[in-house]
Amino acid sequence: MENKAKDYSHIKGWGIDADPKNDPTYPMRKRENEDHEGYSWDRPPQQPVDIEVLHSIERPNVTAVFGTSRPPRGLSGKIRRFAFRYGEGSFAHWLPLVMADRVDVVEGILDDLRKGHLPNIWAERGMGAEWKYNRKGLLQRMAVTTALTAAVIVLLKRD
Amino acid sequence: MIAMNYRGPQRIRVDRDTPMPEILHPQDAIVRVTRACICGSDLHLYNGNVPDTRVGETFGHEFIGVVEEIGSDVTKLKVGDQVIVPFNIACGECTFCEQELYSCCHEANPQATAAGGIFGYSHMTGGYNGGQAEYVRVPYANVGPMVIPEGMHPDDAVLLTDVVPTGYHAAEMGGIQKGDTVVVFGAGPVGIMAAKSAWLFGAGRVIVFDKEEYRLDFVRKYAQCEAYNFLSISDPVVFMKKTTDSLGADVCIDAVGAEASGSKLQTVTGRKTLMQAGSATALQWAINSVKKGGVVSIVGVYGPTVNMVPIGNAVNKGVTIRGSQTSVKRLLPKLVKHVQDGILDPKAIITHHIPLEEVADGYRIFADKLDNCIKPVLVPPSANI
Repeated sequence: MENKAKDYSHIKGWGIDADPKNDPTYPMRKRENEDHEGYSWDRPPQQPVDIEVLHSIERPNVTAVFGTSRPPRGLSGKIRRFAFRYGEGSFAHWLPLVMADRVDVVEGILDDLRKGHLPNIWAERGMGAEWKYNRKGLLQRMAVTTALTAAVIVLLKRD
Repeated sequence: MIAMNYRGPQRIRVDRDTPMPEILHPQDAIVRVTRACICGSDLHLYNGNVPDTRVGETFGHEFIGVVEEIGSDVTKLKVGDQVIVPFNIACGECTFCEQELYSCCHEANPQATAAGGIFGYSHMTGGYNGGQAEYVRVPYANVGPMVIPEGMHPDDAVLLTDVVPTGYHAAEMGGIQKGDTVVVFGAGPVGIMAAKSAWLFGAGRVIVFDKEEYRLDFVRKYAQCEAYNFLSISDPVVFMKKTTDSLGADVCIDAVGAEASGSKLQTVTGRKTLMQAGSATALQWAINSVKKGGVVSIVGVYGPTVNMVPIGNAVNKGVTIRGSQTSVKRLLPKLVKHVQDGILDPKAIITHHIPLEEVADGYRIFADKLDNCIKPVLVPPSANI
């Protein structure tokens, strides 16, 4: 092998956590008999379920705690409810969720407009930083995008 | 309060009228955030690659802060404590937590059994708001949070929530034995820490691959390792074979995950069209570069569906594949000591301190690797440190 160091004294802490027993071919599980009895532990108290929480059909219940950031809503919520009728190994679960995410984006824009907020796409995409640190690249991308858009418009307007 | 607000792929903003989080469970705490990182895995959310990422969510799973309020059953923290909050949300009581698999807690994520609870990481990991905000709700406050030791720099503390433990865990899962050749794919913050940690297990040679020269320069100095730009190598796997007497590395670490570059097929089918759960280039290279009977350790994050990887090669070569989200709580005592003893210097990887109000620019800088960015940290206006 090339460049193989023999003296590691220049590397602070070299080998201090070396553990010959940490061989992944050894069994790693530390399960006791009671762990084989299934859902047997004393569960923490249940967080009140006062919002809609979609839960995987691969578990019997809502977990003791859960996030409340965004309950399902609107059309995206309907798609999410459909997705949660299927197991986690199924594309019928994940692909609708991806679709719901995209519908959610449109709903988010409509929601902003309904509240009188016009999304500042330039700022939301962090283009200020791009302008500051990569102005040439940004201008090139804008020029290419403008040229392609113009070409498409010209093509569409031709008889 | 001020909080980051996801509006869609590559669109985020700061909302100044976000409602304050509330105690919703007797074991909850409310933490005032003093530092919050943007993580490489946040970019999967940012790019819209993680299913069930809902508009309006606040990201952020790497944060520290000050306890402002506690629920009635919280006994191990008090108001005013400054705490490191592991990115895993774990009950400490289920069969998985009992085995210290805190990242697999069965009482923190109703939406999926294949993932535990994580702060600010979509509804796929529980639907919790994250720490890229002035305040955040921290469930199971008796279990995860650790009081920051006296004298520890906040920039060191915030990197102990994920980056340092995950890099260390990547090396640990490799089962590195003294003298082993270890390859790390990815010179992002986690890859840098994995390379650094590999030496602690006695690696004989550490090699890092990336495509960003400034990151390769950094990791060469910081982790005292070899580092190569895969853009200047026609086939990194062949390169690895040639440099290891045609045998391959003893341990290969995937510290990239779904955003990998290097293979047009993987990029188009993974990152661009979402036909697979991200681009699995790093994992493909890891399986093909590892020695027969070697170990592939995966800490790079992938989506929940499927990926194209050479599983046949893994079988034929007798490769052991290990992967998991890091159980931060298990590793914290040891890693805190390593930082205190000067073995690890996490804060050296922080290149940018960015006001929380400029979070959209922060994501853009990190995502596009502008201004030689390695690790950006967000500082809320109410941090006061």
